[in-house]
Amino acid sequence: MDPLTWSGSLGPFLNPLMLGCVLVFVAAFILNIVMSLIGMRQAEPIVNADHTISYRLGAPDYMLLAMKWAVFVFLGAIMIYILGGILQPSMEAKGIIGGVGAQFLPVWISLIVIYALSIRFKRRLGLYGKLFDNLIGMIGFGLVMFWVLTAIFAPMIATHGPIDVISGLRNDPPGTPVSGGPEDAFPYYLLGGDALGRDVFSRMVAGAREVLTIAPLATLFAFMVGITLGLPAGYLGSRLDTFITFIANMVLAFPVILLFYLLVTPEIIEAGVPVYMAAVLFVLPIGFLWVLLYSRFRAQPHIIKWVAIPLVLLLTLFYLGTVFRFDPIVWLATSFIGYLNQGNPVGEWMQTTRDSYEPLIGINIDGNLLIVFVSVVFVNSPTVYRIVRGLVLDIKTRDYVAAAQTRGEGPWYIMLWEILPNARGPLIVDFCLRIGYTTILLGTLGFFGLGVDPESPNWGSTINEGRRLLTVYPHPPLPPALALLTMVLGLNLLADGLREESLKD
Amino acid sequence: MGLFILRRLGVMLLTALCLTFIVFFLTNLGPNLEKLAKTQGNNRMSDAEVVQWLENRGYTRPLVVRYGEWLGVAPGWTRVAADGTETGRCVDRGMTIETAPTFCGVLQGDLGFSTVSDNEVSAIVGGRLALTGWLMLIAFSVMVPAALIIGILAGMKEGSRTDRTLSTISIASTATPEYVSGVIFIILLASSTAGLSPWLAENGWIEGRTLFLGSSRSAMEDITFWNFTLPVLTIALYGMGYIARMTRASMAEVMTAQYIRTARLKGVSFRNIVLKHALRNALIAPFTVIMLQIPWLLTGVVIVETLFNYNGFGWTLVQAASNNDIELLLSISIVAVIVVLTTQLISDIGYVYLNPRIRIS
Repeated sequence: MDPLTWSGSLGPFLNPLMLGCVLVFVAAFILNIVMSLIGMRQAEPIVNADHTISYRLGAPDYMLLAMKWAVFVFLGAIMIYILGGILQPSMEAKGIIGGVGAQFLPVWISLIVIYALSIRFKRRLGLYGKLFDNLIGMIGFGLVMFWVLTAIFAPMIATHGPIDVISGLRNDPPGTPVSGGPEDAFPYYLLGGDALGRDVFSRMVAGAREVLTIAPLATLFAFMVGITLGLPAGYLGSRLDTFITFIANMVLAFPVILLFYLLVTPEIIEAGVPVYMAAVLFVLPIGFLWVLLYSRFRAQPHIIKWVAIPLVLLLTLFYLGTVFRFDPIVWLATSFIGYLNQGNPVGEWMQTTRDSYEPLIGINIDGNLLIVFVSVVFVNSPTVYRIVRGLVLDIKTRDYVAAAQTRGEGPWYIMLWEILPNARGPLIVDFCLRIGYTTILLGTLGFFGLGVDPESPNWGSTINEGRRLLTVYPHPPLPPALALLTMVLGLNLLADGLREESLKD
Repeated sequence: MGLFILRRLGVMLLTALCLTFIVFFLTNLGPNLEKLAKTQGNNRMSDAEVVQWLENRGYTRPLVVRYGEWLGVAPGWTRVAADGTETGRCVDRGMTIETAPTFCGVLQGDLGFSTVSDNEVSAIVGGRLALTGWLMLIAFSVMVPAALIIGILAGMKEGSRTDRTLSTISIASTATPEYVSGVIFIILLASSTAGLSPWLAENGWIEGRTLFLGSSRSAMEDITFWNFTLPVLTIALYGMGYIARMTRASMAEVMTAQYIRTARLKGVSFRNIVLKHALRNALIAPFTVIMLQIPWLLTGVVIVETLFNYNGFGWTLVQAASNNDIELLLSISIVAVIVVLTTQLISDIGYVYLNPRIRIS
């Protein structure tokens, strides 16, 4: 089989068209700047005698129109490529662009459905709906959703396994036909093979899943930690505030990369540091939840009894099982039965079970992953803390807080049910930005090979692997680099759109 | 003002002490010392031998005491072996316990000995810092003017087409971490098989095979446009967006102020309003951001120096950390912490100094 071309059967028609669009755009852009420099203005509205407004378009306006249409035609050509990739049967006709586009079919369908529904019902969807009034926000949301959906549908999209090696395809360029692999494998390496002969495209897709599970979760924890500490510090103030702020500033003064290098090493994991840090950082959200529920439903014992206590107990079990690999139920049960059966085989069996059981509740997190997670939470939470504290200092002077104080609400109720809901706007915006920043941090860790499994398709480590032969084989690190770039860009644009729309209120 | 600076200095000193203690604690954890013993001594040492090796070198005493010794406030340990040879923290080759100084720590200017590069730490750190200084200097002199111009142009007329375009560009630049932009730059401009270079070389427009050099190793002796453009560009790009956005926000805020409106109504030209009235007030906030950007860029420097093989401070950090070179790592963290805290201090003082409303009250 011949290697695939980039553009397949549509190339001869569409490539010149796209090139033309780029040329028109660049020419119009330069002309526009020149025109504005020599003092030509855009058309200004003219009020006619019959009170209608009309514009007399000048040369700069035509330049802007040309730029606009060039962008539209360019995007249209890309859509035709993707459609061509989906509709044409043979791989040769699809080309690499079409082939990749066709692999993303589930993502395209879901994106169209999400956009159609959201735009249809945007007036009823609050802030989320308003996002669809904002072009920047819509583009950002589209980029983010693209990667979220890619992560969800990863097994359907990927053409090969992320760690499947076909040794004959080491460093082969994009579109190389597969030979020597299993019979039913996808017949091409769409974006080429990496230094070990793995499919670059599939690794990028699998990496999306990995990045998109850790980054939002770590950001969420950082937010819970930051909020739990920032609310009392801002609201209660005094010594507590001074102390926590000092600690937060100290962590912020620590260069991130040095902290990562000190924390994310096998020796530190061996010494048990991540477990201690996780023990402290993960207990805060549970305390947060308990205070949240208790302060609100104190007067309704049945809710405390049937919702709050079971939920917190369950989470505590989960916490103990995850962080300490300890399950109090199993421990108590085995100790008790062992105590009753002292001296007989059941007692010994209970003893061995107690020494070597796996907790029923809780996830077994690998030490490497735990330390990466904990360090990212640790680095992010002081900034969140400062934002929350600033917001609280601002909001606590409002009238509704004074009203709550007058009617005798406790400080925790005011913090969690009066101040926090009113601080949500800036926090949501920062949450989006921070997921992007966390993604960058995780990529940095991967780039230095810290704490990640070398086989892992994580974008950062894939870029790191690819950079050794960068000048000779540029194709392996480029797809993960662009993936990371577009995702973080999407999150930033989304945050910008959200900020703009929430300020309009 | 004096009291303010004094208080800030006190907090800074306390922070520096806490941070160095944390670094000291983390680098001196049991498994780290064991690794040190095995890399320095013999890889196949038994546990008892490891303990003995550590004891001979004073590593088994309490952490706080050793931190005090390292800092130079506690007397260095001494030890007389069974055969009469005298060793100690401050006892260099050819010295005895009597002739050696009692204290030798950071306060005495003794940063210790790098186990990996087999050299005095102070000798290594100085040279490396100078190399990174050049990189930062050039990167800043590209980044700051570019960011300020973009920010001012965008903030001049909020919501205009220029504003939207430039804001999107600065968002894109903050979304591109160094390891992404560096890789893309190398592929586009410094690869002999891809990007622009083959095409330029074919047409005979450039002399060598690539437009820029993908490795800055040669820049350590001689900085040229060819070998230093890409690292500078990579650092500048990531930092630029943030400063530009802050400048834009500050500029946009100033442009809505009363005195600008008054000037506008008086008939002052737009150019004069921007240059004479708005600019000076709009540049206060970016100043603090620029100062705070220096520690932020430290991570970027580490990435760029690793990516482009430039053996500066960041590269040394990576080497020291991956080889568990304790004393070198400690010195690096002091330098890093001092840089961070000093820039914070300067930005605070500068903010107070530049802002007459705070300065006079």
